[in-house]
Amino acid sequence: MGLISNNPSVRSYIYMIIFLGPALFLILFFWILPVFSTIFLSFTNMGMRKPNWEWVYLKNYMFVGAHPFSQKVAINTLVYVGATLAFNVLIGLLLAILTFYMDDRTSLVYRALWLLPRASPPVVYGLLWLWVLDSSEYGLLNQLLAPIYGKPVPWLVNYAMPGIIVINGFIGASFSLIVFSSALKAIPPDYLMAARVDGASELRIVKDVILPLMKWPIMFVTAWQTLSLLASYEYILIVTDGGPFFETEVWSLFAYHQAFQHLELGFGAALAMILVIIALIAVLIQMKLFRFREMITPVKIEHT
Amino acid sequence: MVRVKLDGLSKYFGEVKAVDNLNLSIKDGEFVAFLGPSGCGKTTTLLMIAGIYRPTKGRIYFDDMDITNIAPKDRNVGMVFQSYALYPHMKVYDNIAFPLKLKKLPKNEIDRKVKQVAKLMQIDHLLDRYPRQLSGGQQQRVALARALVKDAYVLLMDEPLSNLDAKLRILMRAELKKLQKELEVTTIYVTHDQVEAMSMADRIAVMNEGRLQQYSTPDELYDKPANIFVAGFIGSPPMNLIDATFREDSGGYLVDAGSFKLRLEPGMGEVVKNNLTGQEIIFGARPENMEIVEAAEDNTIEGTVYVLEPLGRDLIVNVKVNDYMIKALTKPGVNLNPGDKVWLKVDLDKIHIFDKKTGKAVI
Repeated sequence: MGLISNNPSVRSYIYMIIFLGPALFLILFFWILPVFSTIFLSFTNMGMRKPNWEWVYLKNYMFVGAHPFSQKVAINTLVYVGATLAFNVLIGLLLAILTFYMDDRTSLVYRALWLLPRASPPVVYGLLWLWVLDSSEYGLLNQLLAPIYGKPVPWLVNYAMPGIIVINGFIGASFSLIVFSSALKAIPPDYLMAARVDGASELRIVKDVILPLMKWPIMFVTAWQTLSLLASYEYILIVTDGGPFFETEVWSLFAYHQAFQHLELGFGAALAMILVIIALIAVLIQMKLFRFREMITPVKIEHT
Repeated sequence: MVRVKLDGLSKYFGEVKAVDNLNLSIKDGEFVAFLGPSGCGKTTTLLMIAGIYRPTKGRIYFDDMDITNIAPKDRNVGMVFQSYALYPHMKVYDNIAFPLKLKKLPKNEIDRKVKQVAKLMQIDHLLDRYPRQLSGGQQQRVALARALVKDAYVLLMDEPLSNLDAKLRILMRAELKKLQKELEVTTIYVTHDQVEAMSMADRIAVMNEGRLQQYSTPDELYDKPANIFVAGFIGSPPMNLIDATFREDSGGYLVDAGSFKLRLEPGMGEVVKNNLTGQEIIFGARPENMEIVEAAEDNTIEGTVYVLEPLGRDLIVNVKVNDYMIKALTKPGVNLNPGDKVWLKVDLDKIHIFDKKTGKAVI
């Protein structure tokens, strides 16, 4: 038509730019550039209090190993990611199966309730938990337990890590719940009927039919949550800010604290880079382990 | 193997009466087909017998035991689904062994039974495969093996052949029937295909809109349909059904369809007269009971050839009689062309007359 170009290959090239352009722009400025600036930062001793900076090459990285708390933070991260993952995958699975056996209306209400925290701003969710776990006698949990315990328990001091795991686990469970619920709905009812006629109790059906058919959704949720948990720290920041004394300091929060609290941009960037590398390795392992190619093909629930 | 008795069985989904007051009994070792159009309640009935659906009303008996409230897992029924419903994550062996594992049989007995039934179904070379690696026909055999392996009291089949290609379906029809007779397992077979039902079943329960229309042998269903629905549903090409009135005329009895009149034998007319509630009738005659003659005879129907449908072995002649289209079945080789004037000679011993008001057969 001559509006763009009559040469088909030029035209398709222009179309490509038009269609991909906006997304490419976003990716470039908010994803690629920050990555490169982080890499760049991590090789400098840049800091907000220093007017001049110089290249320090691998010194920041070496200091990660030497930092007195990096080992503690690494262990915290492992515990936090592992336990939260287990919590929200298992709870999500349990809830999905429970709602699967409810009638449609009840299960809808139930799922909607579980989604509320996800729909509310993280700060609100964090503050709510702060109130629930408040150390004074006015904390919700302490009020509830008062008749049994009598004395208020300083939850976020005594049980900081379990608290953080539960807080993140509950909100993560809503994600698992959605994925698992839709996966369950995709299981042809004939399988369940056949199993019932074959003589299976509902528990056996869950174990021998439902769970094996849910293999892909479970793997997907596990992979996804591992990555998002490695990088997330907003709830920890709001609720404990890594405390008491590094008890709940995880790697991403550690990087944040170094960069924006201690204003050691170079060191913070190096910490972030290490996390990125670990995440990349985790992704590669999971792609291999879960046979990513199969995972991204359309049907996750197998039909015969 | 047991007798099955359905006593006033009903299933309502809200306002919809999917199955309404179904009464029938099935003999030990009998092969019964539930036949009807989709939505007639046949699968719902099957699922109630399996225990998947709880009846709204009525009871189900295996022999003399009331199993209405027994869980499906304790009913010991085997079921073959239209989709086969083979567990995709289990190999053929494990699919067949699954009901036995649930019964907690010892391992070597499970192994023996699985191999035995696999041999019977000629799938013993497939035990190590996954369902997705099998053809439709093989999957069907596996589904059947899984239903049979636990020595079920009753074998339930829900349109088991409908996913197979036409040739295999005809083959499996004969094979299933032979297998059922060998094993003498009480069998309920749901289908919407009258040929399947007619060719396999000892007795057929024809259902429509949740109600039992007729329950009898294939021959009786064909020769003595109890009502208009059964008459129209059974038989291919279907029975000609024509609106008419019945009246006495100068000492004889007459079927008057407006476009044509047929005189009935006095004996038959007498029976019709005594059983009819009014004068309105539906006159029915099967295509094979309509002979085509090329000259006017007494008591024949005049019409013109509309179209010919050669079927190889038979020839269906569509004859237009004023507003009606009547199908007649004849042998190929007759010299007929569209537009030819013909006369239809009805075999009056084989006609059907239904009371239009009640829908029930009068003769």
